[in-house]
Amino acid sequence: MPALAPPRPAAQRRRSWGYTAVPRWIYAVAAVGALFILLPLMGMVSQVKWGQFLALISSESSLAALLLSLKTATASTSLCIIFGVPLALVLARAQFVGQRVLRALILLPLVVPPVVGGLALLYTFGRQGLLGQSLQVLGIEIAFSTAAVVMAQTFVALPFLVLSLEGTLRTAGQKYEAVAATLGARPSTVLRRITLPLVLPGLVSGAVLAFARSLGEFGATLTFAGSLQGVTRTLPLEIYLQRETDPEAAVALSFLLIAVAAVVVTVTYRVPKSPLRALLAGPAS
Amino acid sequence: MKLFAMESAGPNVLGANRLRMRLRLGAAAALLALVPLALGLAGCAPAGPPGTDTTSGAGSTPVVSELSGTLNVYAAASLKETFTELAAQFQAQHPKVEVSLSFDGSSTLVTQISQGAPADVFASADTATMTKLSDAGLAQGSPVDFASNVLTLVVPPGNPANINSFADVAKPGVKLVVCAPKVPCGAASTSDAASAGLMLKPVSEELSVTGVLGKVTSGEADAGLVYVTDAKAAGAKVLSIPLDLPKPTVNHYPIAAVESSKAGQLAQGFIALVTGAQGQKVLQDAGFGAP
Repeated sequence: MPALAPPRPAAQRRRSWGYTAVPRWIYAVAAVGALFILLPLMGMVSQVKWGQFLALISSESSLAALLLSLKTATASTSLCIIFGVPLALVLARAQFVGQRVLRALILLPLVVPPVVGGLALLYTFGRQGLLGQSLQVLGIEIAFSTAAVVMAQTFVALPFLVLSLEGTLRTAGQKYEAVAATLGARPSTVLRRITLPLVLPGLVSGAVLAFARSLGEFGATLTFAGSLQGVTRTLPLEIYLQRETDPEAAVALSFLLIAVAAVVVTVTYRVPKSPLRALLAGPAS
Repeated sequence: MKLFAMESAGPNVLGANRLRMRLRLGAAAALLALVPLALGLAGCAPAGPPGTDTTSGAGSTPVVSELSGTLNVYAAASLKETFTELAAQFQAQHPKVEVSLSFDGSSTLVTQISQGAPADVFASADTATMTKLSDAGLAQGSPVDFASNVLTLVVPPGNPANINSFADVAKPGVKLVVCAPKVPCGAASTSDAASAGLMLKPVSEELSVTGVLGKVTSGEADAGLVYVTDAKAAGAKVLSIPLDLPKPTVNHYPIAAVESSKAGQLAQGFIALVTGAQGQKVLQDAGFGAP
């Protein structure tokens, strides 16, 4: 069992994983796949009017949209972590009737068009919705508020975190958790000292995906939250609106959105390592 | 389509199940082959999908048309109902012609046409957007106005905020939704508010008139400003309150053939139908004003 092997020096470790089982022709097909994503990006960048770039993105409405997008995406990512981690734990570790159905339903926002998600939120939290009237009695009105934007983003982004974390939890297995339990650790201690440190890379990449998805959210926000500068009009909505009258500003803002997303993802996203390899690299403590 | 979805959701279809799968796919193909037949039968319905065979409707016109081919009509989203009907009438008059319709926001369509989309006719919801097409040298001749539209106030059934006039939307606490000033219906809202001497404080400035209508029909907003044709099409889902302005902002709808079109004769024929008595009746039945 490699997991139980003693830690080896770094140089030796790297060589032992040096073999790449990728036939040459795979690179050619992979290049086509990569170009399919990269060419449209280059096409857009070629349309950016660099001379006026700063002027185009620093208008009052653009800055308000950028700021709102960053704020709401941060808030919704936090919500995704708060609710997504327990959800992934329950799906990966617990066993109960209807688990498969529950998983399928929770992943639904990945497949339904965001506009449909927005409608679903509207029919639940809207004024005439399922919970809307009770909320109104409590004096809570969600529609047309920044809270509605955060809810729409959380709705579409949560599955990304749950999916990513559940996969990592399953690959990590329960060996170490079981050992800790036999040594007398209580479930909460096992979670804090063993499980979470072990799956941290998966959690981080899940959170980054959720943040990126929140940043790009358009349909659910438009349907559920509306569009008002500084309150609900996030960067994607501003881009759509600018396109009506000022395509150059829309292109500049699109580039800004892509740049922000690319920086966030490149800096923080790591392909989740197999937990066994993570352990080989050094015990998670 | 449904059959294929069932395939992928089914259990493991490898190995011994492969033959069964092929049989099932065969059944699916046989069913799919029936689809055009079903569409052909549905083609005589007035709101049938564009591009379907309407030979069954041709009996009403004894003159056999010489025109044939495909006509691509790009039209503003607010023309969806009327142009779908007019396309069906056009196909009924010219059985060998297929009209393909594309509806979207006027500026989206102009962007698509300037990027080479195969449009033959373009109908815009405002003059400014048509001017963009003409300025880019993509319109044949000068565009012709064929309809007009004005704004109206709509409220959800039951009128929760008790709105009885345009001035009431400025009352504190009223959740008003309008189009953003950058889109045509928003520009009209701004100038109508100015001519009524009102300061509008909307809770949302939507990106399209459909967005406004959706917020009102779902009861989320207390009031919204939409075109009279949108209010009429929404039926009982909204209550309409006229703005009663002495000089309302009128949006003119121009239509033009696209310069790059290879179906010039068809395009002119369709424009003649829209601007002629037959087209005008359809448009005015839907609430559009005279051009």
